Amino acid sequence: MDLRYTADEERFRDELRRWLEATVPTLPKKPPSDDWPARRRYDTHWQRLLHDAGWAGIGWPDEGGGRGASPVEQLVYAEELARAHAPYVGVNFVGLLHAGPTIAVEGTPEQRARYLPPILRGEEIWCQGFSEPDAGSDLASLRTRAERDGDHYVINGSKTWTSHAEVADYCELLVRTGAEDSRHRGITWLALSMDTPGIDVRPMRTIAGTTEFAELFFDDVAVPVANRLGEENDGWRVAMVTLGFERGTAFVGELLQSIELLRSLRDVARAAGTTSQTARIGHLGAELDALWALTRRNVSQAARDGVPGIGGSVFKLAFSELRQRLADLGTELAGTASLAWDELEGGPWSLTAGGPGNAELVDTWVNSFSRTIAAGTSQIQRNIVAERILGLPKG
Amino acid sequence: MDFELSVDQVALAELVRVIVAGRFPLERVRRAEGGRQVVDRDDWAALAEAGVFSLTLPEDTGGTGLGLADAAVVYEELGRGLVPGPLVASHLGARLAAAGATDVGGAADGSLIVGALLTPADGQPWLAEHLDSLDALVVRGPGDRLAVAGSKEVANLVSAAHPVERSLDPLTPLSVLAGAPAAEVIDDPAAVAEWDLWWRVLTGALCVGIAEATCHLAVGHASQRRQFGRAVGSFQAVKHLCADMLVRAEAARAAVLAAAVTVDQPGVGDAIRAAAGGALLAAEAAVANARACVQVFGGMGFTWEVPVHLYLERARFLSASLGPHDVLAGIVADRL
Repeated sequence: MDLRYTADEERFRDELRRWLEATVPTLPKKPPSDDWPARRRYDTHWQRLLHDAGWAGIGWPDEGGGRGASPVEQLVYAEELARAHAPYVGVNFVGLLHAGPTIAVEGTPEQRARYLPPILRGEEIWCQGFSEPDAGSDLASLRTRAERDGDHYVINGSKTWTSHAEVADYCELLVRTGAEDSRHRGITWLALSMDTPGIDVRPMRTIAGTTEFAELFFDDVAVPVANRLGEENDGWRVAMVTLGFERGTAFVGELLQSIELLRSLRDVARAAGTTSQTARIGHLGAELDALWALTRRNVSQAARDGVPGIGGSVFKLAFSELRQRLADLGTELAGTASLAWDELEGGPWSLTAGGPGNAELVDTWVNSFSRTIAAGTSQIQRNIVAERILGLPKG
Repeated sequence: MDFELSVDQVALAELVRVIVAGRFPLERVRRAEGGRQVVDRDDWAALAEAGVFSLTLPEDTGGTGLGLADAAVVYEELGRGLVPGPLVASHLGARLAAAGATDVGGAADGSLIVGALLTPADGQPWLAEHLDSLDALVVRGPGDRLAVAGSKEVANLVSAAHPVERSLDPLTPLSVLAGAPAAEVIDDPAAVAEWDLWWRVLTGALCVGIAEATCHLAVGHASQRRQFGRAVGSFQAVKHLCADMLVRAEAARAAVLAAAVTVDQPGVGDAIRAAAGGALLAAEAAVANARACVQVFGGMGFTWEVPVHLYLERARFLSASLGPHDVLAGIVADRL
């Protein structure tokens, strides 16, 4: 076991850190969270800067035009971006972290040339059409239908929980091409242009008050067969290949941000002379440190075996619930001030410099409830841990 | 950066596992239950011969010159095997002797058995573990005090002590001392700081072993035991108990090993914060997992015959030997 970085890894870190120090201060002000066109402009501008400096698609395979960074370099990358408070991947999320890597591996040379460069340059935004109203945790039961009609598929059905749909150019879409009960064996992956006639995008307001997701409705939407990735009915496997690129670094930014948040809560408690929460603060700190250690272990496993460890589910389960307890602590320390989204005069945050402030804290608290639901509920994660890691029999 | 065990560390763990399986099968260890002398001198010598007490000592003092991370790997296996005795105290006693701070040199080769005692809070009894087996006793506290009672003092302690009739852990005999033992103070702040750091990491490693062992036992039982025509481990309520056990064990293991590496490689982080946090999570994981294991075993888990309760009891002892958990958490909070 060695937690020191090699000279090459340190060089990679230094180069990136220098670039971030020069670049992050030049960014415009962050747009309001409900202004999607402005968010698209902000996020794609950042992506363009990353691209032009050679930092785009860091974990993508070489054949996709990425940097082909090692798992440890990907960890350093995520760590440095978080420490520099660089923008989050934002509307580029699906393109950079899911659709893009999928196309890089499964696409034809023509498909790679068509779709990948615009993702890396921040010119085209992707969204994801996987979940349906009746296919959430049980994704393989999805029913959105695609009928072959000459050189097109004709799509009817609906999708939900689609992030960034309002500003997306493309959607990676899973459709039913096999028999109704064919489950994993009858699903096909299509690249759907969001300009296609027959798509209705209906934004959904979340409990955080913003429209982070949308429902998509398809009424005879025609998609060229050429937009299919992989074979017909092989879409389940195609959609899952990106799991092979998960190096355990997906939550690094949020994890390090959580440690910063805890530190500022500690400072607020100190400034207010509150000692009753010290043990709780220290306990959360120990847990966050443990998950940072677990992250480094998962990345080391990916570096050695070439495949990600099974630790991802363990991490996700622990971190999502920890994040909720951290946010709970924040609201308790903030007291009645945490009952408002507004910044209030003389609230607890006035005691220290650099605290999160009310709006950010309340936002963290409300959004923490999505963590144990999105990307596999905690209940499903526990089933995965119990069945795939511990080998307990399926129920 | 490579936070996986090295080839040598994997081999070391395997070596210890073989010794534990050969020397300390539970049905054999349990014959000493309730006795005043649970530690067998031959077994202790076998542990010493494998390097359990000397592997981190410098080579010029008869050690192997390995680091705390290597020792943590070894202690995780000892914890998993419920090996009884003052394992951490004897290792740290050997280190004190190698540094010339005291003369319990026989701790390294197993000829002396060194115990340790945490000065109790006001109003709490002076409880010593394995007193009748000890050749020396290290007393930690109050404050920054670290002191060693040699064989003569220990003999006096034994004759004046009141044996506890029923220790919570039947494999850890207890004695109530008449008061603070006479002991020679080690006047070396660095030695005291190292003692705390290593105590937390190695005790944490023993706890990680218990957390893992009880997770493994529970999964084994849940896979075998059938009710309603199916393995009870196929029910989600049981499955989720087991999943939580793994999460606790994995997080604690990562934390304790990271703390050990941080002690060995000071540039990579704050060792004091890492050791306090790792020990805290490991102690909690050991107790919580042992408790969940009793639950998964159902009525069988509540019987004396089934050894699950032994893990729960040992976990409580190890947890208590770390001192108040609020202190550990407070260290982390201060050093965030």
